[in-house]
Amino acid sequence: MKYPKLPAMANRGVSRRGVLQGAAALGAAGLILPHGVTSARAQTRGGTFRIGLGHGSTTDSLDPGLWDNLYVQTFAAARHNQLIEVGADGQLVPEMATSWESADGVTWVFGIREGVTFHSGRTVTVDDVIASINHHRGEEATSAIKTLLSAISDVRADGQNLVITLEAANADLPYLMTDYHIPIMPATDGRIDPASTDGVGPYIVESYEPGVQASLTRNPNYWKENRAWFDRVEILSILDPAARLNALITGEVHLIDQVDPATIGMLEGRGVARILSIPANAHYVFPMDARAAPFSDNNVRLALKYALDRQAMVDTILGGHGAVSNDNPIGPANRYFFADMEQKGYDPDRARFHLREAGLESLDVTLKAADAAFSGAVDAASMFSENARAAGINITVDRVPNDGYWDNVWMKEPFVASYWGGRAVEDHMFTTAYATGADWNDSFWSNERFDELLLAARSEVNEDLRREMYHEMQQIVSFEGSVVIPMYNNFVMAVANGVGTPEQIGSNWNLDGFRCVERWWMA
Amino acid sequence: MILTRVALGIGLLFVVSLVIFWATELLPGDLASQLLGQSATPETLAALREQLGLNDPAPVRYWNWLSGALTGDFGVSLATNRPIADLIGARLGNTVFLALYAAALSVPIALTLGILSALWRNSIFDRAANAGALGAISLPEFFVAYILVLWLAQTGLFPSMVRINPTTTMGERLYMTFLPALTLTLVVTAHMMRMTRAAIINLMASPYIEMARLKGLSPLRIVLRHALPNALAPIINVVALNLAYLITGVVVVEVVFVYPGLGQLMVDAVSNRDIAVVQAVALIFATAYVGLNLIADVLSTLSNPRLMHRR
Repeated sequence: MKYPKLPAMANRGVSRRGVLQGAAALGAAGLILPHGVTSARAQTRGGTFRIGLGHGSTTDSLDPGLWDNLYVQTFAAARHNQLIEVGADGQLVPEMATSWESADGVTWVFGIREGVTFHSGRTVTVDDVIASINHHRGEEATSAIKTLLSAISDVRADGQNLVITLEAANADLPYLMTDYHIPIMPATDGRIDPASTDGVGPYIVESYEPGVQASLTRNPNYWKENRAWFDRVEILSILDPAARLNALITGEVHLIDQVDPATIGMLEGRGVARILSIPANAHYVFPMDARAAPFSDNNVRLALKYALDRQAMVDTILGGHGAVSNDNPIGPANRYFFADMEQKGYDPDRARFHLREAGLESLDVTLKAADAAFSGAVDAASMFSENARAAGINITVDRVPNDGYWDNVWMKEPFVASYWGGRAVEDHMFTTAYATGADWNDSFWSNERFDELLLAARSEVNEDLRREMYHEMQQIVSFEGSVVIPMYNNFVMAVANGVGTPEQIGSNWNLDGFRCVERWWMA
Repeated sequence: MILTRVALGIGLLFVVSLVIFWATELLPGDLASQLLGQSATPETLAALREQLGLNDPAPVRYWNWLSGALTGDFGVSLATNRPIADLIGARLGNTVFLALYAAALSVPIALTLGILSALWRNSIFDRAANAGALGAISLPEFFVAYILVLWLAQTGLFPSMVRINPTTTMGERLYMTFLPALTLTLVVTAHMMRMTRAAIINLMASPYIEMARLKGLSPLRIVLRHALPNALAPIINVVALNLAYLITGVVVVEVVFVYPGLGQLMVDAVSNRDIAVVQAVALIFATAYVGLNLIADVLSTLSNPRLMHRR
């Protein structure tokens, strides 16, 4: 099975963007692009790009295995490269890997780019790549993606190639390698130094104070020619939403995240910045513990799924910056998204019907929520409770402290609020939270047919068959799963007018897939 | 007399250290589960706990910590592996700078307003000064801060956030931190001013002031020369209390102006269960409180020699 190099062009028609992306995919964009194309997008070098993020803490770690918030993720994308990049259109773009192929989905061969140097001046070798991956594997590893990479049985070098052997076939391994936890870092004696900031990325770290500020300067030896436009990048941690907004209005920063929907109108009226609202796979969830009554009965779960007004939630909780979800963890930005599935609406009669099917006249449940789950979670829970009353379901909303939410409430209480960042790959999402016995299967749900399909789809090479399988799995999760998924939330950010952004913004993660630092420019 | 006070202060700090250690044990969850957050699995949790030494019994951890702290070594942050002394050093400097800046603004203002309003008791000036100061103290800190940002930062007069780096000069620093210092000034002035006014008015009824007045001294001279020295003890105490507050209680102002001080470090450390940092910062805060009160005690004793001798 060879991965097509230019999947974007096969079925989308060739746009200027397509050409750019395709060219980038060839790994030689700078060489073959006529200069006219670059200047048509008015990209210019120079300037200091300052980002103010509502994340970051004094306890943030440089260890890739512990990265968990937007601050460290953006900071990492500014100084590191990975094996493979996810392009703004969701397609894979070669980065440190120039090619990847596998005959059987079990043994994968990645060609490693030659002649690229770390900030410290040393040339990247295959051994560095191996150490960067192995940092997350083995007994000693404390990485958050240890489980994810446990399917890898062996990583070794073969000349300038990297060979990864899996325990079972997985057609999505290249997507797995785009995970932000796996930057390529320099190795000594087969180990990376997790406290080092050395990388091959677009910017070199000048200073870093966790929870406060990171300053970086452009890497003069960066191998990509049409990227990294800014001379300097500063990433600031501004936790207070009002302070963040003020910083943008007064010109202290050029980009902020997590814009409060209530302030968007005011901000637009000022005329200093524009709002970017990017539809994505990220979603908010209400998992129910499927192991015990009443949620062990699928009719009860269906009753709850018909007892909430999803559109009202999108309008109120997200201020319209999102989309209704059909209890489907696979989002519209995914490859195999099942768009034509029968949409569940707000239908109290149908909810009542399912309650009766379950042999119940009314239902009393407690929903525990805190805004730690997602911004507006408590309000969303209250709306759910109001909506459900019409169907004879009494949801008592129990507001719990943000502090310790993930320790004491999530996956401990039977009915809670939570969120998922969305995954670029269907298999990644399903394996993480829906496969029987998965570590983060937060609804403790188990479905034999689903598990079968998950295994089969993972190694299926026929695109059509694969699509069919993923559609069936989405159907199963939606109508038999134990998670209420009301909505997909957009990534909402505000950008100063002086900053240029591409026509298409990446939706795999926030801030153009964390890559705003190397894709955006000062206009 | 003074030695007894110092000994008492040290004893108090020891008790506080016990309380600090015990209180952090009560927090739900531990550092390992906070570090991994939603991505924690039992397997990785166990490995991380082992690495961080969280499995030792509490008394052992207390002893290790206290003996280290006494020699100025707070150990390393459990979350970042950086020495806590490094972590705290710059931030303690920032916090003390802001506290002194605010004190330099607020103490003269408070004393002047207090003395003048005692001098012109029940005049329009007295009423206006009282109303203004009480109004400022009644508004929540973040509200005062936002109002100042709206009036003074969005109009471009002062920056809305503080960005300090090693190359910042003293002048720039004073300019950038003006808004947070002003906010704190508005918050603490009323307390000191009211105490000054009350202490002086209290003395104005004394017979020796009556005598001074009968001698024909000017009201200003009576207040400054005769009343104020005797009113110093309560004023020194309230100034010390407010200074301690400026060092320990300004987290809201730090957040609004993105000021890298100790308060934010403490909040981050608590929410991430970085116990070592929480304990170190709490100990510093306790030392600031105990130390400043000790100094206030000593100063008020000196200002009133009668207190030096037992009756």
